[in-house]
Amino acid sequence: MIEVNSISFRYHENWVLQDVSFRVEKGEFVGVIGPNGSGKTTLLKILYRLLAPQKGEILFELVPMKKMDRTDIAKRLAVVAQETHLLFPFSVLETVLMGRSPYLGDSMFESEKDLEIAKKVMEWTNILPFSERPMDELSGGERKRVFIARALAQEPEVILLDEPTANLDIHHQIDFLDLILALNRERGLTIVMASHDMNVASEFCDRLILLQGGRIYQMGTPGEVITQENIESVYGCGVWIDQNPISGMPRISLLKKGGS
Amino acid sequence: MKIITQKKVLTISIFLSLLLILVIFVCIMTGSVRVPPFRSIRILFQSILGLKGGGSETERTIILSLRLPRAILAGLVGAGLSVSGATFQALLRNPLADPYILGVSSGAAVGAIIAILLGLGTSSFGLPLASFLGALLTVLVVFYFGRQDGKIHPHTLLLAGVITGSFLSALIMFFISVSQREELHTILFWLMGDFSFSNARAILIIFPYILLGITLLYLRSRHLNLILSGEENAVQLGVDVERLKLVSYLSASLITAASVSVCGLIGFVGLIIPHSVRLIFGPDHRLLIPASALIGASFLIASDTFARTLLAPVELPVGVITAAFGGPFFIYLLRTRKVIKTL
Repeated sequence: MIEVNSISFRYHENWVLQDVSFRVEKGEFVGVIGPNGSGKTTLLKILYRLLAPQKGEILFELVPMKKMDRTDIAKRLAVVAQETHLLFPFSVLETVLMGRSPYLGDSMFESEKDLEIAKKVMEWTNILPFSERPMDELSGGERKRVFIARALAQEPEVILLDEPTANLDIHHQIDFLDLILALNRERGLTIVMASHDMNVASEFCDRLILLQGGRIYQMGTPGEVITQENIESVYGCGVWIDQNPISGMPRISLLKKGGS
Repeated sequence: MKIITQKKVLTISIFLSLLLILVIFVCIMTGSVRVPPFRSIRILFQSILGLKGGGSETERTIILSLRLPRAILAGLVGAGLSVSGATFQALLRNPLADPYILGVSSGAAVGAIIAILLGLGTSSFGLPLASFLGALLTVLVVFYFGRQDGKIHPHTLLLAGVITGSFLSALIMFFISVSQREELHTILFWLMGDFSFSNARAILIIFPYILLGITLLYLRSRHLNLILSGEENAVQLGVDVERLKLVSYLSASLITAASVSVCGLIGFVGLIIPHSVRLIFGPDHRLLIPASALIGASFLIASDTFARTLLAPVELPVGVITAAFGGPFFIYLLRTRKVIKTL
């Protein structure tokens, strides 16, 4: 689906990403983890071509992304970014309809069909009951669902998520990630998620990419990537890793520096 | 479900256009010489049909050569400033942005003041031309310094605008401090915004720019909605953001330049009209732009009528009226926002 071929990127002099290569297969749920400043968000921004890498290239189903039109990219790849600033808030329905933008071309208004698609994805994400409410009156968890609905309205093949569970309580984290997992498993959507929360990444992702200082430190299943050795070396702090007793996936416990 | 449809935009625009026509009618029959309603209407229709009749020669002159052109001009400027303000608020994602935020107005003022000092203060052509050139020059300077590697960074552009504006303000203050008494009065009226400088010819000068600017912005109104939540957000939805910004900033600046060149710095319109329209009709630019244009036109025509009649025969600068009426009205809208939403 997506093939990243040794890309490097710098903002000014300092390389933020160096020689990063990986593939994302159709229907996969891939997590990108790593410390602050390791390049997670930059990598996502390159994947939706907000930024262009100075070296290397990205193929989207064998087509180089730099040859794709912005609207073509938006029809196939949707992004749910970290909290966006709401200056003059639109309603939930209006926000979801914005996801139809890449399909509207020169026409100024959404058609009946666009409205139907919006209603359908609002049903999937369970936000129909408050479709008329303005965005600034929603809770953090509800807003996240609206942005997922907007992404789904783009009818994409891939969804990129940037720190989707930041600022959500555990109840809403689980709700949100279950929704993403269902979209992945039942509708075959490919998911790439950057996350700080390694326990979340371990539970939900098929495969993880661990970044350190702009390079890939390790790639593989959560069991292969989240090991005591890898995490202590990349994050430079002591952790204890065992298994989640229910799922059997790796689980991280934090250790105080003062010792115990 | 409540969404913006073509039908809704058309219906509201037609209603607001009728309101605008009504405002024009009321305003052209009002003044130191009051022309009764039916006679005003007769004069207007006779002239549309190319006939001379419907009233006395004096009344015809007052309505057709003085009040109607002035109303049309005020309408154009009101529409232009409102749309330009709405656009700058969206592009800079700053609710306090107004048409003058990039310093275009200070450039226009320097141009106008130079013209006034050169003795062109009563020229119906020289004054607007000088100020339009001043404004355009400022746009070029601000965009030259505000762009980096071919891209517009809103904060850099804003800084470039504010700094250029402050520098030009220093020039304005210098010119004021060295000017004579009679010139000073003209300069101050220009700075406060005043339609008594202009005549029918000014309409032809600014009409193409304002119409072109508003049209270009309206065609981009759907994308302006997307950039409201950030440039990255718009990119994610497939918008060519650099192109959108370039065309929109230039269109809004051009509208501002054309508007201020015929009437000076009329404050407040570009700030409060877009906000008022948002409070009534919501933030969608597909409705916001036409509604702001039509309501802004009505508002400025009405304000100008107050300006020339309130203390007649003395004319007040229209900027005094827009601020005096606009401010309290805006506070009232803010306070009753919840009520308006449920209507």
